[in-house]
This record gives sequence, C-alpha cells and structure tokens, in this order.
Amino acid sequence: MLYREAGQFKTNYSADQAIFPILQDRIFLAVVLIFAFVVVPLIANDYWLQAILIPFLVYALAALGLNILTGYAGQISLGTGGFMAVGAYASYKLATSFPEMNIIVVLLTSGLFSAAVGIFFGIPSLRIKGFYLAVATLAAQFFLIWLFNKVGWFYNYNPSGTIDAPPRELFGILITGAAAKPWVKYLAALSMLTVFGLVTKNLVRSAVGRSWMAIRDMDIAAEIIGINPLGTKLLAFAISSFVCGVAGAEMLFLHLGSVETLAFDINLSFLVLFMIIIGGLGSVMGSVVGAAFMVLMPIGLTNFLVGWLGMQATSAKHLEFMVFGGLIIFFLIVEPNGLARLWQIAKEKLRLWPFPH
Amino acid sequence: MNLRKLTLMGATSAVFAALFSTAPVVAAEDYMVLPSLVYRTGAYAPNGVPFANGVSDYIALVNARGGVNGIKIKLIECETGYKTDVGVECYEKLKKEGPVGAAVFNPLSTGITYQLIEKTWVDKVPVHSMGYGRTAAADGRVFKWTFNFPTSYWSQASAVIKYIGGQEGGMAKLKGKKIVHVHHNSPYGKEANPTLKILAEKYGFKLTLLPVDHPGQEQKATWLQVRRLRPDWVFMSGWGVMNQVAIKEAAAINYPMDKFIGNWWSSTESDVVPAGGAATGYKGTAFHGAGDSWPAHAAIKKEVHDKGKGAGPREGIGEVLYNRGVINMVYTTEAMRTAMGKFGTKALSGAEVRWGLENLNLTAARLKELGLGGFANPIKISCQDHETNGPVRIQQWDGKKWVFVSEWIVPMADVVRPQIEMAAANYAKEKKIAVRKCDGSD
Repeated sequence: MLYREAGQFKTNYSADQAIFPILQDRIFLAVVLIFAFVVVPLIANDYWLQAILIPFLVYALAALGLNILTGYAGQISLGTGGFMAVGAYASYKLATSFPEMNIIVVLLTSGLFSAAVGIFFGIPSLRIKGFYLAVATLAAQFFLIWLFNKVGWFYNYNPSGTIDAPPRELFGILITGAAAKPWVKYLAALSMLTVFGLVTKNLVRSAVGRSWMAIRDMDIAAEIIGINPLGTKLLAFAISSFVCGVAGAEMLFLHLGSVETLAFDINLSFLVLFMIIIGGLGSVMGSVVGAAFMVLMPIGLTNFLVGWLGMQATSAKHLEFMVFGGLIIFFLIVEPNGLARLWQIAKEKLRLWPFPH
Repeated sequence: MNLRKLTLMGATSAVFAALFSTAPVVAAEDYMVLPSLVYRTGAYAPNGVPFANGVSDYIALVNARGGVNGIKIKLIECETGYKTDVGVECYEKLKKEGPVGAAVFNPLSTGITYQLIEKTWVDKVPVHSMGYGRTAAADGRVFKWTFNFPTSYWSQASAVIKYIGGQEGGMAKLKGKKIVHVHHNSPYGKEANPTLKILAEKYGFKLTLLPVDHPGQEQKATWLQVRRLRPDWVFMSGWGVMNQVAIKEAAAINYPMDKFIGNWWSSTESDVVPAGGAATGYKGTAFHGAGDSWPAHAAIKKEVHDKGKGAGPREGIGEVLYNRGVINMVYTTEAMRTAMGKFGTKALSGAEVRWGLENLNLTAARLKELGLGGFANPIKISCQDHETNGPVRIQQWDGKKWVFVSEWIVPMADVVRPQIEMAAANYAKEKKIAVRKCDGSD
C-alpha cells in the first residue's frame, strides 16, 4: 500500500534510467540524507560524532571501495589495509609538502596514488583467481606496511614513525586537526561517502559495472562476449583502491588524527572484508549497513553491558567477543547474502502488504 | 525469511539502538572520575593485567581511607585491548563523565598517548603518560596538557649507556664497543633511537638497530644477526610476548644474560618467568622498587584484599607492573591533593588536576608517610619540565625476584634536554602552538 510503484509511469528515457526509479525510494533517500546532513549534527554530541559516526563513515567508504573489487568484480582482496595505508601516507606527504594545497584535492590525489599501487598489485589477478589471489593481495598488505615502517621519508623522518594530520581549512572552517569541530569532520566524511556512494551506484549500472559483473560471474564467458579481462580487472583494482585510499586518508585526517602503520595492519583488511560479507557483496547499501554493524555493534554491546548491567569492563569485553561472533554466525545462517538482502526482501514484502496473496 | 522474522529483526535493532543511550548515574556526593584505560584482553594482556590491578588496588586503598582529602575517586575501567582506535573511543566516552569530567587520563599505550595529546588542548583534560608516550612532551612550555614524569625513554637510554660505561670501566672505554638496540617496531620501540644515535656518535660505540615487528613471536632472524655481530651489550625496548621470546632466543645463542638490558617495559615478571631458568641474570631498568616489602603493600593486603575488594590475585601484589600501577596512582592522587591546596577540597576538573600535576612536589618524607619510603625517587615538576630527567636503577633477575644491582643513575640531561626542547619546538612550529612563558600567567 505504502510502497507500490503502480501508477508511476515513465514517459521519457531519462526517467526510465533514473538511479531510483520508484518515488518512495527517492523520498526515503531524501529523508535519510536530510536526517544525516541536518538533524544528526544538531542532536549528536561529541562522543557520538567522534567515536561512533565518523569511524562508521570512514569504514563505510573503505567497505564501499572493497565491494567494488570483491562484490562487483569478484576479485577477493586482503590488501585493503595496505591500500588505505597508501592513501593515508600519500595524503600526509602531500599535505606537509604542499601546505597550500586544498584538503579535498589532497584527499583525492592520495586516492590516485593508491589507485596506482592497486593496479600494480592487481596485475597477478590475470593469472590467479579466488583464494590464490587473496594470498597475492596479502603480499601487498605486508609489503606496504613494511615499507611505510622502514622508509623514513614517508613519515618525514619523525623519530617515532607516526604521522599527524596537520590542521587544514576548507572555506575558512577548520576541517582537520584536533581543534576542528567534530560536526565539521562528520559532515566532510558524510559528503565524501555520499558522493562516492552515488558515483559507485551509477558506475555499477554502466557498461563498466556490467563488465565487472560479467567477469565475476564467469570470466571465460565474459571474455568470449568481448570483455577484455585485463582492462576490466585492473580498472576494478584501480577504482577500488582509489576509494580505499581516500578512506585511508580520511582515517588519518578525519578519524584518528595521528596514525602509525599498526592502524592499517591485516586486522583492518579482515574487518573491511567482514563488513562487506555481512552487509552484502555487490551492494552499495550493503557496504554501509555492514560497516554500521561492525562498528556500532561492539560499542553498543560494551555500553550496554557496562553502562546498563554494571559489568566489569573486561568481562564485558570477553562477553562482547562471544556475542559478536555469535551474531555474525546468526546473520550468515539466516541470510547468507548479507544484510542488504534483508532490506531487499523487506521491500518485496512491503510491495504486497497488507494483502500478501 | 518471512515477515515475522523481519519484524523480529526490526525489534532487535530497535532495542540495540536504545543501548547507546548511557545509563543514568545517581550523583549522591562529590566524587572525581578517574578513567583507567586498561587492557586485560588481547596480545598484551599479560602486561596490562598487573598494571590495572595495581591501579585499582591503590585507588581502593585511597577510597577505603576516605578518598583524597575526603573526596572519593570513582575509577572507571575502559578496556582498550591496546588498540588505538578503541582507546580514542574510551577517551571520548569518559572525558565528560561525572560531575566535573575526567580528572586525568593514563593511556598506558604510546599509540593512544599520541592520539590524545592533540585532543587534550581542546578538551582541557591532562594526560599523564608515565614513562612512555611522546618524549618531547617533557617540554611543558609546548605540551601544556601532557606529562611524562618521572622519566622518559630518552633519559632512560642515556642512563643505560652510562651504566654500560660504568661496567666497562669508564665512558672512554665505550669507544669501539658494539651495542645493539632490539626494539619493538612501533612508535614506542623507536623512541630511544635518536638518543642512542647521538650517544653513539659522542662516545664512539657502534650502534645497530634491530626492529622486531608486532607482536614479536618470531625473532630467529633478529638473533641470528646478533649472533653474527657479537655485540658487547644488547639493549631492548620490547613489550608483551616479544620480551620472553627475545630472552629465550638470546639464551639459545648463548648470549651472556648480564650483558642484556631491557627497558622498564621489558623487565617484568611476565617477561622473565615464562623464559624459565634461561632468564637468570637478565637485567632491566626501573624507576621504582619491586616486591611487596613496603608498608603500603601491607595496607593494600589488609584494607583492600582482606575486605574482598582486591582486583587481582593476592600473589600478584608487588610484581613490577603492579607496582608501576601503584606509583602511577601515587602521582595522580598526590597531584590531586596538591591541586586541592589551591582550588579547595572539592571534585577537581581536568584543568585543576593539570595544575596539580605541574606543581607536584613529592618529597621523600611524603613517600614515607604513604608507606612507600625509598620505593621511588622524590620528584618535583615544573612548568618547563614535565619529565624531570628522573634517575633510573638497574635491576637484575636472580631467578626468583628482581634485585637492584646499581644505585640511582642520573640520566645525561645535558644530552637529552636539548633534544627534547628541539623536538618540542619543531612540534610547536608544525602545529602552530604558542609557547608558554612559564611565569605563572599561562
């Protein structure tokens, strides 16, 4: 009743090609965006913004990047942490070498560096597939982290090897550094995610996206119908690493403020991979939902166990590991295609509601 | 998947959303919130647990005696697992906790300290990274909100070289000697490197830096290099499992244990006990005593553990890291007492505790009064100096316990302090921080 496209006629091609052809979807998205852009900065406190929402947005962007590669193009990667580190270190070098450079330009340019590195480590994907490729990207992960730890130039020969985000302004408002207001950082991260989300959504419906999915579903068949596997796979690696690189730069500039290589270790790669598996492979929405689940769930559980039940912080942590692990298994059994698929089912049910059959 | 399941899930997520609102706290009396970032889980838990127990027990003792001048301390533990992002989450959660916000943060991780240093300027909460963190924070003119007394990695490195010089029969004898620094490949482990390089140049010894990657369970290659180099001395900045592995590997290549010195995070029971007999003779640095022979320990046993309020096992009282937790809390509570002298007896805000830390004067007499006479060195903090180049002692593991084998060694402030001031000035320039004049106006 509420969610039914009956009566919404498309009279021209552009309406037929819209990203969200159903009116209710457009309204829903608009409401979500207005809520996120206007209401959240007004009502959320520093703790919410700084400790929960900004990390969530940064991880969502990283998950989006990996989803392009793994979800759409079918190439399993365990190098996400490494590609994010490239973005973070490139943005640090750019920001400190060219203090005049606009911070948005810094973030996007560091994505380009990450894309270049991604292409390089994507070359083996032409010969090796599946789990073997995962191992090859693992090499990228370890090599890049080793490199950033080893070569002093990357961290400006700072004795401790950490990199700090220098304070930078955008339109006269401080956007990075500790003195920047959390809501400014939040809006910056949210804008980035929105832009990249829309771009990806469009990209995957285009010829490029379709060729990715063709490669994913059956690469030999895709090759026979004329898709060039070299270009297609490398493009997926490039765009995916670009987005991950920007997420890594955001991690430095908007989320943590100062990082060491340990922040980008193999655990981060796994975390982002779990996000897209839980959220839904091959779905933009799945990246966001998966990131929300993986970031919010542990914090929520801890707050509940310690704040409401008055449990010891450590017992709560142990219990959190167990409950969180259990929930992951639960969701994977109930819906192996991820949380995004649940959303899809909900929409299908809503379409028939209240008269299912 | 049917509609019923979906509804169920919707309900679950609604409940989940409710979890984020924090439970209301009933404020019956004036109290101070002291956050304790602990890691009782994860790879570094064997080190994190005794420290957290020492902190908890000492605060329990203070509270059992009525608190600091009658103001109780509410210790809130937040589990970080030694992860920086979780530490930041803890900080954001706890900085405004209680009637006047958190008193002071003890991050117990160099990584987390680096994160918090910048935030403290904005939030006006002091950070006390006791013997870890950013060494340059010793310059209080730049790092207003950060303290790292009683001593720092750079002071420690110079004290160790001084000790080695003494053992070799004079600093002049260091010329041509080979010293290896085996360090954790992280900001923490690298902290001592610049000082060691300067000292190597000054005294003409040959320095080799051997990094070990986190977590350090595999060190065969590192110790093969040590074996090939045959260094006269090995200095180690390790943490967690890395230390016991290093001691075992050193024993495996027959390296003389009494020429192997760990820094103060590498010379604890959890490092030597797992290595067994191999660790006998291994040396380490310390800035406080080991063992439970002080009256304060007896008081903790009687007034905390006997009442069933102890945080850990009774046998753990007096372990090196336990005692480090105790001395950290002595500094914290004494700083609070100092601040109450100026601001009055009430729950203190972070800014007021910061003043207390900066004007802390912990005398030998006061330590004795606290039941810790001779446990640590007396200390006096000032606006310029948040570190004090505090002296370091060398202790040795005799197979059962740690015993002091040197007197208090005063670090080479003439080498260390200019480096600290230079690093702090660079930081101030990079971050555009106004340097304080330290005449009482700022």
